[in-house]
Amino acid sequence: MKAITWHGKHDVRCDTVDDPAIVNPRDAIIRVTSTAICGSDLHLYDGYIPTMQKGDILGHEFMGEVVEAGPKSSLNTGQRVVVPFTISCGSCYHCSKTQYSACENANPADNQDIGREGYGHPMPGLFGYSHMTGGYAGGQAEYVRVPFSDVGPLVIPDESIPDDKVLFLSDILPTGWMAAENAEIEPGDTVAVWGCGPVGLFAVQSAFLMGAERVIAIDHFPHRLELARKFGAETVNFEESKVYEALMEMTGGIGPDAAIDCVGLEAHGAFADNIIDQIKASTFLGTDRIHAIRQVILATRKGGRVSMPAVYGGFVDKFPLGALMEKGLTLKTGQTHVQRYLQPLYAAIAEDKIDSTFLISHRMALEDGPLGYQKFHDEQDSYTKIVLKPGQAAGATAA
Amino acid sequence: MTDSEMRSRTAGQDDAPVTASKTADPDRKLLAEAVTINRPARELYDFWRDPTNLVSFMDNIVSIEPIDRDRSRWTVKAPAGREVSWESVITKDVPGEEITWQSAEGADVANSGRIEFRDAGRRGTVVRAVIAYDPPGGVIGELVAKLFQREPRIQTRRDLRRFKQLMETGEIATNARNPRILAGEGK
Ligand SMILES: [Zn+2]
Ligand SMILES: [Zn+2]
Repeated sequence: MKAITWHGKHDVRCDTVDDPAIVNPRDAIIRVTSTAICGSDLHLYDGYIPTMQKGDILGHEFMGEVVEAGPKSSLNTGQRVVVPFTISCGSCYHCSKTQYSACENANPADNQDIGREGYGHPMPGLFGYSHMTGGYAGGQAEYVRVPFSDVGPLVIPDESIPDDKVLFLSDILPTGWMAAENAEIEPGDTVAVWGCGPVGLFAVQSAFLMGAERVIAIDHFPHRLELARKFGAETVNFEESKVYEALMEMTGGIGPDAAIDCVGLEAHGAFADNIIDQIKASTFLGTDRIHAIRQVILATRKGGRVSMPAVYGGFVDKFPLGALMEKGLTLKTGQTHVQRYLQPLYAAIAEDKIDSTFLISHRMALEDGPLGYQKFHDEQDSYTKIVLKPGQAAGATAA
Repeated sequence: MTDSEMRSRTAGQDDAPVTASKTADPDRKLLAEAVTINRPARELYDFWRDPTNLVSFMDNIVSIEPIDRDRSRWTVKAPAGREVSWESVITKDVPGEEITWQSAEGADVANSGRIEFRDAGRRGTVVRAVIAYDPPGGVIGELVAKLFQREPRIQTRRDLRRFKQLMETGEIATNARNPRILAGEGK
């Protein structure tokens, strides 16, 4: 089959690789009909995530049709499913508490040592996201082996709902929702969202649904800010305005009640300290660029809540630990417990309460995936979200 | 390995297990690893008590053949395509709680160990493995290290994790894309 594979920094290819097949009883094989490139795939593309190996199949946002089901899978051939990016067993203690991304069993035993070494505990099992998260083949491919297929995938019974509307249940939609949930929004709150990528834009929508009175969205791409405005957010362009000063004035000197960092490693802004952090990261001093979270902590009101869905990989310096403590902030973070949110968010989509298609700017053939990565990386303002369609004729990029 | 040895040497001051000691006796290799499994202690004990079950999640084991109720012959992969074999004897057996074993007199690979199953309420069962073998540097120690192929502690930890996966999920997690790739990994 064809698949998008990682070969090194800024080097992804469309290779021909071994087809997947059932290995364990709970497996299913999915024929991919739609798969997206995620902002966090750019961290892999930029070479920031360790333990990637040449030839690894990328992709963790995908959906498709069940073509084979193992004897203990609950799926049936022909069913249409969206697959969560978190692989979860459903039977460990953490899964029983619906903390699916903390699943203890999905990451193969041999790969668990890596996370234990760096983080104190093993990493979760994720599709297409390095060997510390299991080394699983991803969904930017014609076919995918889905382990524990009785726990993850959501069956979409309604054939009239197109892929575009439900694809993002696999990651960015529940991630944006959990980001807002972690901000513990109360009716009347002012919420600030750093980063208007897909997760940020879903966080904006979710914050309003949870009762936020005002949402202030911060970014520098005009088109992304425009999308945030469409959902009712006020916006701050950090290339034109000082963020802290703007937020203080807009909130009468109080600061936002809750803040959501949807930037993380992806801070492509041209800040002096960003560049310093970038040099450190590229020389493997293991330091993340944390400009956004620094700004978040300084701006959030005393006693406020900080939610950090953004991906960070390693260690930081100049982290405002004192401000976090002195102001009495709560910090919540973590990989998304995707399975927890599938049913309610699917219902919200079906009832048109959440718009999930506005993001898609481009659809491409799987073969054009490498071009997609390059465009998504270099032209983020116009390439807001790329969906790869296996089977679509190559070169036929459609908006 | 006695019970009192397994508890604390500095009773009343330090509840840490002796295997976490910073000044462990350098003349013997002793390691312990614990994992919590979301199943009842009795079920885990029963599975472990049948030595033929252990092959499914322990790396490097070729076969475990029961001789009688307490004795079994272990055959393990050794470097250069060789195999090493020894007889293992259960010396203490508390149903539902613990199994202690040691290699029979004259074994090439002298080893002993204990597996404990302690009820952990709503979290299931804490399973703790304690393994003792002769010191590195000695012939036996070197052989043990080679048999484990990795540091014995890491190997023990991985075996316990696979045990947990098998008991909680009914299968052992793998990232192999298909059975052919799985076989190529030698598992
Ligand atoms: Zn993602
Ligand atoms: Zn689990």
